Amino acid sequence: MEQGSAERVQRDQPDAREAWEMALRRKKWVRWIVSWLPHQLTVGIRTLLRWEHLVIAKIRHRWRRSLQLRVVGTTLVISATVIAVLGFFLTEQIADGLLLNAENSARTQAVTGLGIAQSQSGLNTPPQNGQVAMQIMGSIGRLLQPTNGTATYSVAVGLNADWKGKPGFPRWAATGFDADATFPPTLLANVQEEQVAQEHGKAENLLYYAPTTLVLTPGGRGEPAIAFGVPISNSQYQLYFVFPLTEEQQTLQLVQTTLIGVGIALVALLAAIASLVTRWVVLPVRHAARAAQRLSAGQLEERMVVGGADDLAALATSFNDMAASLQDKLRELEELSKVQRQFVSDVSHELRTPMTTIRMAAEILFESREELDAAAARSTELLQSQIERFETLLTDLLEISRHDSNVATLDAEPADLCDIVRRSADDAQQLAERKGCRIEFRLPAQACMAEVDRRRVERILRNLLVNAVEHGERRDVVVTVAADSDAVAVAVRDHGVGLGPGEDQLVFERFWRADPARARTTGGTGLGLAIALEDARLHGGWLQAWGEKGRGSVFRLTLPRVAGHSIVGSPLPLGPDEAEVVTSSVTTLEADLSGGSRA
Amino acid sequence: MKGRVLVVDDDAALAEMLGIVLRGEGFEPTFVADGDKALEAFRDTRPDLVLLDLMLPGSDGIDVCRQIRGESGVPIVMLTAKTDTVDVVLGLESGADDYILKPFKSKELVARIRARLRRTDEPAPEMLQIGDVSIDVAGHSVKRNGETLSLTPLEFDLLVALARKPRQVFTREVLLEQVWGYRHAADTRLVNVHVQRLRAKIEQDPEHPEIVVTVRGVGYKAGPG
Repeated sequence: MEQGSAERVQRDQPDAREAWEMALRRKKWVRWIVSWLPHQLTVGIRTLLRWEHLVIAKIRHRWRRSLQLRVVGTTLVISATVIAVLGFFLTEQIADGLLLNAENSARTQAVTGLGIAQSQSGLNTPPQNGQVAMQIMGSIGRLLQPTNGTATYSVAVGLNADWKGKPGFPRWAATGFDADATFPPTLLANVQEEQVAQEHGKAENLLYYAPTTLVLTPGGRGEPAIAFGVPISNSQYQLYFVFPLTEEQQTLQLVQTTLIGVGIALVALLAAIASLVTRWVVLPVRHAARAAQRLSAGQLEERMVVGGADDLAALATSFNDMAASLQDKLRELEELSKVQRQFVSDVSHELRTPMTTIRMAAEILFESREELDAAAARSTELLQSQIERFETLLTDLLEISRHDSNVATLDAEPADLCDIVRRSADDAQQLAERKGCRIEFRLPAQACMAEVDRRRVERILRNLLVNAVEHGERRDVVVTVAADSDAVAVAVRDHGVGLGPGEDQLVFERFWRADPARARTTGGTGLGLAIALEDARLHGGWLQAWGEKGRGSVFRLTLPRVAGHSIVGSPLPLGPDEAEVVTSSVTTLEADLSGGSRA
Repeated sequence: MKGRVLVVDDDAALAEMLGIVLRGEGFEPTFVADGDKALEAFRDTRPDLVLLDLMLPGSDGIDVCRQIRGESGVPIVMLTAKTDTVDVVLGLESGADDYILKPFKSKELVARIRARLRRTDEPAPEMLQIGDVSIDVAGHSVKRNGETLSLTPLEFDLLVALARKPRQVFTREVLLEQVWGYRHAADTRLVNVHVQRLRAKIEQDPEHPEIVVTVRGVGYKAGPG
């Protein structure tokens, strides 16, 4: 084989690949998948469109929520891609190898065939007529025709183009196939060119090669094959071989089927392994997450099961350690706060006995103050009043410590809120009279029954009313009561200094005072609203404040009608009501004016 | 006059102060500091009223209260620093008639003592009947089917107050004023506890009372229906 031939062959390779690809496409399973896919796809797409939001949302949700699904999905996609690419290259390699092999053996046979053909007599003279040509071509054909049953090729003998078209001359001597349809025109042209070149003494002795399809009957379907063509030297005849690649195609098909089968099995296996492995990892992680959730929900006894000594066991162990130390710390804190609360409670109790003695002694002194000189008499008065204050503080301190240690109990019984409001207004009324303002009651005609602890609610209201009168700047205080099916509410409105931004929360802080300078002259322990808030909470109710500088404030108590029920809304608004806005702004204006004139 | 008061208190200063106040008001106080010696002192002095501190060394106030109540219906007023429901109710259930919360005012204490002593002042001949219970107001005795029931003076007063106006509903506040002598609203637990104790003595079945009946959301009344 000369160099040139190899080059030509090389150049012809892409055509061979195309033929192979064509062959590949014709494979049964491809057709099956191609016919199956569109149907399933359209059905799938239709379903998807129908359930679009639901399904997509569901898939996205599951994808985001499940680590396992993500790992398996990713593994599937990556492994399928890798295996597909690998499979493709492998098939390509095998196809190339098979083709090269087939080509080499075909070439050898063709060269041998050419030698045999050249030994035919009568080749050197140009054919006298069509009959002679036919005779020679037929005998060459019979000479080269494989005799036994294992025919791996077919032979065709052709004529130089000078004779080929002439009347009486045959086009081909070929048996069993359609030579015109089988041999591509480029091959014929190449062979013709070579023959002409040989006549002019420029013989290259090239064997021409082309991929083609072997067409057995005119108009029939072809099968992949390779064709060789060569002019028989010093004659007007050309020799053509066609080697069907049926066997190679079958081999390739088998390889491909195996590869696809193995690929699918491999992908499935990888997915299964990924699924299993992530399950191993994910399950303990899920357990840990669940345990952590329970832990954070307050179940401090929650622990994970430790199995083995691997990373997951380490996770479980450290989780358990964390939970244990958390539990210890919490217990410690609980203990500490219990001790502290107990201390406050004990101190308040212990102080009460000496306090009683002091108080009784002070009373005796106070009653005999007229017999004392002025300084001593005033001192006893101060002693008396400060003991009162001290006692209130002690009571409040005890009350708040009782709330803190959760020992406060609710003695709830049905009561009319309007009735409680009227009863608790006594102290505030007296204070209001002294201050020179009025308390206006806006009570509904019918009773507002609710299951409440009278003592606590009265205490809350007394506190709110006294506060309202004290901070009301001598303007009227309005008390409104309302009820709906679930809740009862009291709102205490004053038109005093009001609350600054954020102070509607701060007022409920312990010992918080709006104005530290003036606070000392006004009574109160600084615990009143804090206790009131705790009392409201004990009922499952709300105590909220609204206020603006210069517009006064509203304190609203909302309680559930049935003790222990939760409330969702209040029958009263928190803030100045609509009708009030105008008057209140007028009041503000007046306040500004009066303030200005005073300044 | 009846004015002997036994003060059971371990706090020397408070006891002395109580002595000053009580003497000033014309009572005759005697003192005991130890809970274990309280019963003995009670037997010796036969006081008209016991002022009892709830927290005592030795046997505590509640035990002392039970011991005294075991022998006598003498009025017992507890002094307590604890305001928790459990403590108060426990004290009342052990037999105390009334309690007063530390720190109290002298006047308040004296008013409570006088209220407890007052009821024995003027017995008028009067017979009352509720269900199968008959009450001799002057003779201070209560009988059910001829069998004498032993009531403390306070329980007796409570029963009489209810029985004098049968079928009228008394609120707890009204009872507090009539029986205990409170002018301002006070602890209604006093009434609840004493009604329970009264029922335990006079009712056939205290779980289903027929003589002192609860009117839900309002208060109590005497007699069925």
